[in-house]
Amino acid sequence: MELKEFVERFAEEFDETPAEQFKADTVFKSLDEWGSLTALSIIAMVDEEFEKRITGADLRSVNTLEELYNLIQNK
Amino acid sequence: MALIKFENVGIRAISATVPHRVVKTREMTEYYSEEEIEKFVSATGVEERRFVEPDQCASDLCYKSACQIFDETDIKREDIDALFFISQTPDYKIPGTSIIMQDKLGLRKDTIVYDVNMSCSGFIHGLLMAYSFLQIPTINNVMIMVGDTLSKMISLKDKGTGKLLGDAGTVSVIGKGAQYGESFFSMCTEGDNIETVIVKAGGARIPSSPETLKMQEWEDGSIRNLEQIIMVGDDVFSFAISVLPRDIKRLLEFAGKSIDEVDICAFHQANNFMSNYVAKKAKADPAKILHSIQKYGNTAGTSIPLCLVENREKIKANNSILMNAIGAGFAYGTVLINIGDCKILQLQEL
Repeated sequence: MELKEFVERFAEEFDETPAEQFKADTVFKSLDEWGSLTALSIIAMVDEEFEKRITGADLRSVNTLEELYNLIQNK
Repeated sequence: MALIKFENVGIRAISATVPHRVVKTREMTEYYSEEEIEKFVSATGVEERRFVEPDQCASDLCYKSACQIFDETDIKREDIDALFFISQTPDYKIPGTSIIMQDKLGLRKDTIVYDVNMSCSGFIHGLLMAYSFLQIPTINNVMIMVGDTLSKMISLKDKGTGKLLGDAGTVSVIGKGAQYGESFFSMCTEGDNIETVIVKAGGARIPSSPETLKMQEWEDGSIRNLEQIIMVGDDVFSFAISVLPRDIKRLLEFAGKSIDEVDICAFHQANNFMSNYVAKKAKADPAKILHSIQKYGNTAGTSIPLCLVENREKIKANNSILMNAIGAGFAYGTVLINIGDCKILQLQEL
């Protein structure tokens, strides 16, 4: 999966935040909708799409979507 | 990983008791916004829970459940050879609650008793202990009590557990009989994750003190002290979805069954988001999955037997039941049994 598609797939996990707010350099944890439940959705999405396990600590260790994408690629 | 097979051992009776006090999630507006509550209910499924009164313990709930079995089935007090009390909320630090229960229930003086500290996998761990004891020729009936009053260990202002955990007490009697056929167990422990679900203070390592009882605000906005449960929800979820579907697959391969051959799935009621995801990955038919989290929340080790009691009308004689649970540590496992002629009794309140 390319970064662009990952950003789109990430955005789909959010109900209220407009898709156009999601860019590669978006600091996802600063989004109003980010929280423990959206974190679970992202962990599940990565499991489903990449068949890779990311932890809560992984999510806490990165800031932008691109950093998260790179972290997943390096798993 | 331990893979174990038993023959001709099974559950003779199951009962469950919940406290009468209902705590509705949507009424927790003193602590959470309505929006936050709605999102939580939608994701976890927890509409309400039961909390004990301050003077009630897990053993009180279990005691009532045990009396129900003696009153409503042909199992007698003198039939019980061993009793295990599985809980994280025993009555006292000393003595073990199983010892108190032997006397209170009027069980024989030669009853073997143990207290076991296990978390959400308490029921399946208890089953394995009972099945193992029943390999001894002179042991014919083992009672397992799984009870917890986690409401006494949570902060209502904890964003993870404050709206999730509830109280219940269950009792099962395990015995021998050809009607139960084969049973299969898979048990695993990965104890390098203890920080994920933990009560840090109040034990021997960090004794209770004014400092450990001081309420503190944490990074996620939760307010709790060091003697209340911490649960790092995203790490539990991440771990669970990576190991549980695999464990279910291994157990079924060991048993020589496909998941389509299973009649009922009774998985630990962690939260709907996690349970549904695990079930989907394991390719379990949603129509076969039992739920009780809506009314009782996550009740730790009691959740599987409570779920069986809550859904007793859906369970038919000789149904095969697949159980799966993960608890603090992590300790987790999967069990496949035949329910035989088990008497699943009506839920009681205390």
